[in-house]
Amino acid sequence: MKSIKYITYSTMQLFWLVALRVLIGWYFLYEGMVKLTNPNWSSVGYLLDSEGFLKGFYLSLASNPFILKTVDFLNIWGLIAIGLGLILGTFSRIAIIAGIILMGLYYFSHPPFIGLKYSLPMEGSYLFVNKILVELAALVVLFVFPTSKKIGLDRFIFSRKKK
Amino acid sequence: MENNKENNTNRKSSESKKIKRREVIKGLATIPVLGAFIYGWYKKQKFDRLLKQAIQEDISLDAVNPVINKNISKGKQIRIGIIGCGSRGRALLKAAGFVHPETIDTWKEEALKNKTDKRYHDYLEQEDLNLVVNGVCDVFDINAEKGQEAASNLNSEGSGGNMGAKPRRYRTYKELLAARDIDAVIIATPDHWHGTMTIEAAKSGKHVYSEKPMTLAVPETYKVVKAVKENNIVFQLGHQNRQNESYFKAKEAIKKNILGRINLIEVTTNRNSPNGAWVYNIPEEAGPSNIDWKQFIGPAPYHDFSLKRFFRWRCWWDYSTGLSGDLFTHEYDAMNQILGLGIPDSAVSSGGIYYFKDGRTVPDVLQMVFEYPDRNFSLVYSASLASNKKRGRVIMGHDAYMEVGKDLKIYVDTGSTKYKKKLDEGIIDPSLPLYSFTPGMKQVDAITSPTEQYFAGRGLLYTYRGGKRVDTTHLHIKEWIDCIRDGTQPSCNIDMGFEEAMTAHMGTIAYRENRKVFWDSDKQKIV
Repeated sequence: MKSIKYITYSTMQLFWLVALRVLIGWYFLYEGMVKLTNPNWSSVGYLLDSEGFLKGFYLSLASNPFILKTVDFLNIWGLIAIGLGLILGTFSRIAIIAGIILMGLYYFSHPPFIGLKYSLPMEGSYLFVNKILVELAALVVLFVFPTSKKIGLDRFIFSRKKK
Repeated sequence: MENNKENNTNRKSSESKKIKRREVIKGLATIPVLGAFIYGWYKKQKFDRLLKQAIQEDISLDAVNPVINKNISKGKQIRIGIIGCGSRGRALLKAAGFVHPETIDTWKEEALKNKTDKRYHDYLEQEDLNLVVNGVCDVFDINAEKGQEAASNLNSEGSGGNMGAKPRRYRTYKELLAARDIDAVIIATPDHWHGTMTIEAAKSGKHVYSEKPMTLAVPETYKVVKAVKENNIVFQLGHQNRQNESYFKAKEAIKKNILGRINLIEVTTNRNSPNGAWVYNIPEEAGPSNIDWKQFIGPAPYHDFSLKRFFRWRCWWDYSTGLSGDLFTHEYDAMNQILGLGIPDSAVSSGGIYYFKDGRTVPDVLQMVFEYPDRNFSLVYSASLASNKKRGRVIMGHDAYMEVGKDLKIYVDTGSTKYKKKLDEGIIDPSLPLYSFTPGMKQVDAITSPTEQYFAGRGLLYTYRGGKRVDTTHLHIKEWIDCIRDGTQPSCNIDMGFEEAMTAHMGTIAYRENRKVFWDSDKQKIV
């Protein structure tokens, strides 16, 4: 892959890529904070509601209290860290990859396939494509068109490393 | 030249400063977004807190589980006997710590298939009540054997496991009640035997846990009360929902007058399966050779041997109290617990056999209305055994209504005077619960059969203690045992049993005699 540093954007391209990054970051940060501040939140309900070919995997996560606690912890702090990474542009590459993985996990836990039914209310689901898949694709766009070394703290982090 | 040079370096340094500044701005450009997030978050938290406070002023109920003193089953071993080892009898044995090995097999199998099925796990965590079963009685040989097998399963093992000694099987309940090595009896027979057996057990000094309904008819109800009180035994009526955490919360909410003036209480039964309509399986091996028919009939009118009547006894008035005694009593007991209903002033009833035209005499659709003029409210019961439409158990007040089952929800009424200001200001949203309480909230359960689901939804199967799921029947038996040990009276004691029996009988009489019946509180009589 071509080194990221040499991609040049027009002002408009850069502005909207950064805007997309920050907006998705906001989304992640909010989701994480809501879970962090709700003492009753647990991923157990979501995991147990899983369908599709990976159902067994998600159910096994929910069945062990220790694993469940770990899943909860990773979810909350993962969402917050990814959110901060995207907004501030710190270690954005890692944040974007982590975000893509997380979105993939969410997607396959509740795939919007024909015939699968969920007891939890679904938001924005339109046959195979849902909100999560769109967000996942947007993150891939951000991965291919990185901006954090132009606008973001990665500008300092990585320029210093170079020296 | 020198000037030029100086100018050049100056320009260069100012340019590099500019570049550096631009660098910094580019690096930090998105930080204000984080600031905006923090500001927004703070504002939202403040707003939410304000809403919460405004609501809490009115209800002052928290979501914390009620504290229930847990006394540990110490003290000397209590020796029990069980009369009636059918499915309910065995469920009671299980709750007491004696589960049939085949049940363990099924639990283990199901737990392998479905990881959320925790019945085996929950059972192993159930407290040891320090009991021993010394006598088993059933008029059907197969059930008696199953009872013996369950009672001997001291190590909670599956089939082929290491069992203890089998308790003695008594052919008649009278012999069991005469046994010296039995302190207390569990009665899980058909309804027409409950009263007679309780009276005789009390007379022989045995403590009694009896399944509901307490009696089949009015006259024996007085005799049961007399026998229990005169002989000073510990009597517990089998309403395991006495142990449900959400009912404790509901009681608290009523005490705090969150609902305003209560005017209507609606309780319901909806089931839609043969099992739910008492059309139980008839085992192939059952017949006159292994059923003591004469003893089954006992105080009931004589009838020729009938497998249908024996296994589906709930369908006949001769042995059963129908919907009123079998299922309304659960609903009544829930409300009596929360509201302290007592016996109503009057009752009317109607219904019929509309779906299960299988020769039964008890109705499968039933309505009963009870009036409480002193309390200014009516209690309405409506039941169908052929529709699964979910209808809650609702207490309606002028200011709010409450739905109580496994969990508890309170909604503000749109016409409320008490909450009018908050409704107008948009602080209270009547479409969302003002308060909700779910025992053991972080847990999700898997409940299997439709009848089990019915019971679980109504809080009759499980509740939570300290975040752990426990069988309510186990807690109810435990309470009885604890009371025997320290000589106190349990929650569903004989007085509660009397109120409930009279209320249910009023409904039954109103239906069967097609008239309005009244309670004469001076004479303590139904008229």
